[in-house]
Amino acid sequence: MPVDVRIPTMLRPHTGGAAAVTVDASTIREVVDQLVAAHPGLAGQIVTPDGAMHRFVNVYLNDDDIRYLDKLETKVGEGDTVSILPAVAGGS
Amino acid sequence: MLQISADAHAEMVAHCWAGLPLEACGLLAGTGDHATRCYPTANVAESAVVYTVDPKGFLRADRDAESQGLAILGVFHSHTHTAAYPSPTDVAQAPDPGWHYVLVSLAEGAPVVRSYRIIDGNIDEEPVVLVQ
Repeated sequence: MPVDVRIPTMLRPHTGGAAAVTVDASTIREVVDQLVAAHPGLAGQIVTPDGAMHRFVNVYLNDDDIRYLDKLETKVGEGDTVSILPAVAGGS
Repeated sequence: MLQISADAHAEMVAHCWAGLPLEACGLLAGTGDHATRCYPTANVAESAVVYTVDPKGFLRADRDAESQGLAILGVFHSHTHTAAYPSPTDVAQAPDPGWHYVLVSLAEGAPVVRSYRIIDGNIDEEPVVLVQ
């Protein structure tokens, strides 16, 4: 299924500047695999080498945080938008 | 330099003040280095010493900014008892080298607003210029 993926600004250098990429996938994990296959610079940035979600990245399927769905096994379908956003945090 | 519209600046400071005694945070959007919109977000860490921008708030801000042809260009947060300078935590967790990092200190009588670029762990202060 073709799925739109929104790329955050700090990862766009790895996608040739593209703010959105379309991939063919049926789960979030497949979305990430396809992204990395097309843009190898993204390796390890969204999913860590041991296959888990990167803790400084948030992934949304439409309006829902995938951590509250099925995480990387969340199913995606036609017309879905996957948004990748950095975790933004700090302290005093 | 960070240019920021007076309205966005006022909204940012008001949000930080209203967040006391906890740290407040939010995003700034605009074009280039000119912030024209402030997106206050919840601090889901709910702490007086650390902040985490509500990811859902970021998603909404990102979509809204895009719908207006703007881009998220930075993040602001308050330091309730310390100076308006990035902490080691701020530097370590800065997500985007292209962003402006605005600190609002509420440690003294009046809010102090300062802005920085944080690139590869290096902190460089930049002027904040209010524009109408």
